[in-house]
Order: sequence, then C-alpha cells, then structure tokens
Amino acid sequence: MVNGFIAARARFLYDDSSMSASRAAKTAEQPGHGSPVPFPHRHLLGIEGLSAQDIEILLNRSDYYVDLNRAVEKKQTSLRGRTIINLFFENSTRTRTSFELAGKRLGADVINMSVATSSVKKGETLIDTAITLNAMHPDLLVVRHQDSGAVALLAQKVGCGVINGGDGSHEHPTQALLDALTIRRRKGRLEGLSVAICGDILHSRVARSNIHLLNTMGARVRLIAPPTLLPAYADRLGVEVFHDMRKGLTDVDIVMMLRLQMERFHGSFVPSTREYFHFYGLDYEKLGFAKSDALIMHPGPMNRGIEIDTEVADDIHRSVIHEQVEMGVAVRMACLELLAQHLPNWRGTTPAGT
Amino acid sequence: MPPRRRTLYTNARLLDPSSGLDVKGALLTESDRIIDLGPKLASGGFAGDTEVIDCQGHCLAPGLIDMHVWLREPGAEHQETIATGARAAAAGGVTTMVAMPNTDPVIDEVALVEFIARRAADTAVVRILPAAAITKGTKGEEMTELGLLAQAGAVAFTDGEKPVASSRLMRRALSYATTFDLLLMQHCEDPSLAKGGAMNEGEIAARLGLAGIPAVAEIIMLERDLRLLEVTGSRLHATHLSTAESLDAVRRAKQRGLRITAGAAPHNFALNELDVGDYRTFAKVKPPLRVESDRKAVVDAIADGTIDVISSAHAPQDPESKRLPFGQAEFGIIGLETLLALTLELYHNGSVPLLKLLACLTCNPARLLKLQSGRLAPGAPADLLVFDPDTPWRIDEKKFRSKAKNSPYDGRRVQGHALRTVVGGQTVFQRKRES
Repeated sequence: MVNGFIAARARFLYDDSSMSASRAAKTAEQPGHGSPVPFPHRHLLGIEGLSAQDIEILLNRSDYYVDLNRAVEKKQTSLRGRTIINLFFENSTRTRTSFELAGKRLGADVINMSVATSSVKKGETLIDTAITLNAMHPDLLVVRHQDSGAVALLAQKVGCGVINGGDGSHEHPTQALLDALTIRRRKGRLEGLSVAICGDILHSRVARSNIHLLNTMGARVRLIAPPTLLPAYADRLGVEVFHDMRKGLTDVDIVMMLRLQMERFHGSFVPSTREYFHFYGLDYEKLGFAKSDALIMHPGPMNRGIEIDTEVADDIHRSVIHEQVEMGVAVRMACLELLAQHLPNWRGTTPAGT
Repeated sequence: MPPRRRTLYTNARLLDPSSGLDVKGALLTESDRIIDLGPKLASGGFAGDTEVIDCQGHCLAPGLIDMHVWLREPGAEHQETIATGARAAAAGGVTTMVAMPNTDPVIDEVALVEFIARRAADTAVVRILPAAAITKGTKGEEMTELGLLAQAGAVAFTDGEKPVASSRLMRRALSYATTFDLLLMQHCEDPSLAKGGAMNEGEIAARLGLAGIPAVAEIIMLERDLRLLEVTGSRLHATHLSTAESLDAVRRAKQRGLRITAGAAPHNFALNELDVGDYRTFAKVKPPLRVESDRKAVVDAIADGTIDVISSAHAPQDPESKRLPFGQAEFGIIGLETLLALTLELYHNGSVPLLKLLACLTCNPARLLKLQSGRLAPGAPADLLVFDPDTPWRIDEKKFRSKAKNSPYDGRRVQGHALRTVVGGQTVFQRKRES
C-alpha cells in the first residue's frame, strides 16, 4: 500500500504527462531533468548583480529538487567525486546542515569546518584558511563569515566556486532564494506581491538579499522597524519604510519576520524586548491588518515572544516557516549543481541508478 | 669654516604664494638660505664657484610642508620608518613634515620628542618636526607637559587619529595653550557616534552591510571645539574636514574672528564614498570618504580659503592590516608621493588657481607652525621644489619609495610631479627620466 503510493508519486515526479501545466511550462525550459540550463556565474556571492533570468533559473531548478527530495530515493550522482567544504566562521546549525544535506544528496563529499572565531586577527585566519583549503582542491566552498564582504574577499583567493552562506550584515543569497521559492510555490508568482519585512533590518543580511531579489522579480517591498533598527537611507534601497507595524502590514501578501540579532547589538537599539514585542512583535491582532491569506515567514531561529508570538508561529494555515526549511535544501542543491557546471569535466546530471 | 656654497637656479618660473609672485627669473642660495631672487638676477653674471642649476623653464616654488604625516617609528618600523618616509617625502616634493605622535610609545614626553628630532637628523633627508600628544598616551585623561614639549621642539599638539573626547580636558588644554600660543590640532570625530563604523554612513554602507560613521560625528566635535575656542581665545587646526556642513561651520567661525584653521587631505577632494566600491580596504580612511556633494564642498572651501592647509594624511599600513574583511581592516591611505599631483588636479580642472593651491601646501602651514620656510624670500631657508605641473604620468604603487603601498590611487592618471627637491640648499631628490 505504502510502496504503491510511493511508486505512484515517483511516476508523477518523473512523468511529464502527469504534471500540472505550470510545472510543465517551467521544466520545458530545461532540456530534460538531467541537465539544468547554464548559469552564467562562477560564484554565488549575493543576489545583487543577479538578473531576473538568473533567479528564474535557480528557482526553476530548485522546484525540480523539491519534488526529488520528497521521493524516497533522493540520491543523485551529478556531483559524484566532487568535494564541497562548508567553511563556517560563525555558528550555524540549519544553514550548514542544509548545505551538507544538499551536497550529499548530489553525491558530493562534504566536509564541515567550523573555524574558531576567538583568535585576535580573524582576517589572517580567513586568508590563510582560504589559501590552505585551496591547496586541497575543493570543488565548491560554502562560506559563512561574520564580516560583510569577507566571502567575496575569500573568493578572490581560491580557484573553486564559492557560495556565500551569509556574510556579516551584507547578503545571504540562498536564504532569499528559498524564501522566494516558498512564496512562488504558495502564491504562484512573485511579481506584484506586497511583501513586508519586519524587525532588525539594520543587522540583517537576509533582509538585504530579500530586498534585492524581490525588487528584481517585481514584488513590492515594505520595511517595518523602529528607526534604530533600520540602516541610514533605507528608503533609497527601493522600498517603502514604515515605523508603525499596523500601517505597514496593511494589505500585504507576505509577512517576513526577522530575528532580533542581539549578538550584533553594540549598545542599545530598543529599550527592552518587552517593549519591542509590544510594538513590533507579530501577533494575531497586528496580523489582522494583512491580507486574510497572508503568509508568515521567518528565516529562523525564532525568538518566540520577542519578534513573534508562539501561536502565530505555529499556525499551520498561515505559517510557512517549516516549509522554508524544506525549500532550503532544494535551493542549495540547485545552487551547488548550477555552479558545479563551471567545474572542469562536468558530466551533467543523471538521476541515481541510470 | 667651509667656504660658502652658492647655488643659482636659473631659467625658472618663480612661484611664491606668500607674496603672489609668479615671474620668470632666477634664485640664488648661499649655504642653507635663499639670498636673492627675481627676474633680473641672473643677468649680471656670477663668480665661477657658483653652481648653476638650469630649471629649464619649470616652476620653482618653496618646498612643500606637510602638516599631517604618520611615520611609524618608533614601534611599527615594518610599516614605515623615519628614513623611508623622508625618502617618499623628498620624491613628493615635501621638504618639511610634521610627524603625528601616534607611535608606540606615544610622543608625550620631552625625551621622545628629542628622540624623533635625533632620528630625523640622523636618518631623514627632509625636515621632520614632531607633534606631541595633547594627552598622556593619547588616552584623553591627563594633559601632557605642553610648554616643555614645545621647548623641546614639538611644533603642534594633537592626539592624532584620536580626538580629545572630554570637553573639560579640551577646554583646559586650549586654555593652557594660550600661555605659549601653541597650536592644537584636532581630528574632529565624536568617538561614541563613530564607534564601530567603517565607512560613511549612507546608502552605500546600507547596501554593503557596513556600519557607518555619520557626518554628524564630525560636525558635533567641530562645533564643540568652536565653542571652546570662543571661551578660551586659543587657536585650533581642524585636521581633515570632510563634510559640507563642518566647512560651513568653519566659514562662519572665521567670520566671527575665531582662530580656527582647517585642513583637507587629497582623498577628501579626489575621492568619494563610491570609491569604496566592492569593499576596497585601501579606501578605508578617517574621516571616511563622503558623498559627492561633500567632496565638491571641500573643493569650494579650498577655493574660497576656508581650508587653509592641504596635507597628505600619509598613513602607512602593511598588507596584513589591509588584506582583511573591510570591517576589520585598518584605516589609512598613504599620500606623500601623490600629494602634489592630486592637488594639481584642482588646478588642471580649473577649480583653484595654482598659487592658491601652493599656498595651502607651503606658506599657510608655515604660518600655522611659525616656520621661516614655505616662502621664496631672502633669508628664508633654501627649501625648494622644482616641479613640472603638466607632465602626465600614471600612479604606480610599485614605484613608491614609501614602505607601505596602501594607496587607492594605483593606476590613476595624473599630471605634474617634483623634478628636484632641495632641503637647506642640498638637493635631496632629483627625478631621473622614467621614474
């Protein structure tokens, strides 16, 4: 019975004729599932600089991997024999695990390196580590660093493809892509949607990547935060800025909550978490101003009771927070694979067992 | 006693910004002094033992006086020494420079001032005048022995890259300095507002995810100091001003008769925040590169005399301090060898007349520092610069004499360079062809 269901599902996944029209249209751009369309960048350092077409390529390929990840047999061979190093200068559980899983599902060997951040001159560690790792001939590097621009700096020193897993307050491109994928699958589009990004925008790389991506794809972006948690001249980023959460949430399609990044707080940005929750925490009362079918998103990890009420976070009808995590693996598989196309001796993608 | 050595510089375009002189003529030096100059000087002929230097129609001006240079000796000789800094200065046409006290140890005692003077005499080809700290260890807590330090040879007092944060201490230092009419210099930046910042606060910083240094940090500190000048009657030099509003504040203060002077470094008028580009740490500097309207305001302020002094703010850094993520990299740009050419850009693009620019590099700093040099006049020291304002060249970091290479101008096309630099009658630099 169970096996029969899985078999049916697998048929659904691999048989073009049983696909929905929209899904078929998307995959039609790709010459079969086996090989993705070429991606014109060697590194993925940020969303800024990507065209709408680049983003479409990434999202379409991610869609394919979402389906694959729901199948029983998840293993691919396209990155067999390749080495991926996850180089994390900053603590992370979900992003690192997500990349690790993505790499392993594509058949690559994945090594995790967590570099202690306690040394005095962290930058020396960065360049030295980059040169050392480069000598081991990795094929792809996934890097997270606490300084803005650090991943781009490292990318200049290595010969392999580099994916930015988050640099300081600058960019976190795979997070923005997985957010976009989540929205696109739920709403069917990105263009014309009204998206509110709420909370600690000043310190947020997720916000910056999302602003670039959503603007590029034709969505309307609103930022909601107290002035102390917004960068100076935030209004010049092509967004509408609100300090009143109720006004800002009015009629939006998507509510993206951000974590209050206490570890980056130098000095006092808000008087207290209690006051913050009162004015900027997402609860049902404030959510009532958004569209009735508005989705609730959060990049995690959540501070329940600080930026988001537990009830809202766990609302299975509105909250897509867990779906975001699922999309994350698919998006990272797509990113790894599309960048791997630039590696020497690229074989193309073939599903396992063929 | 050795015979008096006479040198005649003929066929020169004499440029003296202190008197407004701009004529073709000659200049005669004896030992380390200028003894005569003028259009008719060379016509009478001179005794055979006079050395004659043909300037070939090039400009002859007073040697440049750079009021703001960090030499890393003592403490960080791997970045720059007094000797290498002096060679760079000579190649840039600088004959006198003021060394900032932010060394290790900080120049805050008489013995250390004497050490700098001694090292300079022993190893440097140009004149190096020490500036001493206003507060002990530049910690901003206790005043140094301003009077004794001045007697020992300190020409100015500043905590260098650190502003004096305490209003009370700054007031006392300004007040006490009036006893000897000492010059205090302040890097105007409110430390608490600037803390953690890496570049100008604005749209670019927002996009790059970098913490900003707001323009208001400079304005607040400057306006505080202007108030303190009002109550103390002292004099103060605001080292490098970067915003339109602080220049307006200086303009108004000068009209009110306050003894405030202002400086600018080439990067304040040659670059703006866009030059940070993709996290270029060579463009990380304090005060930070500001927006284009601020850059234009600096040019205007040089043209209208609000800015008195142009100095290099030469801040050598080793590669390890700059090859870092932007937030962690050190601040600073080297500038001794590009000071003249970058300043001349303002002449070539018609913003500021040549003599006015030269005044900012010669007689104006000399006046603030109470030096005899910085002018072409009988009796003045024979600190001279022969330069060609027009020759095009490309800045090449590989050719810098400075030990440090942290210049954002590498590859920039500029015009004009020093051909001969003379300190106390001795040629300390002569440009060969293709160098």
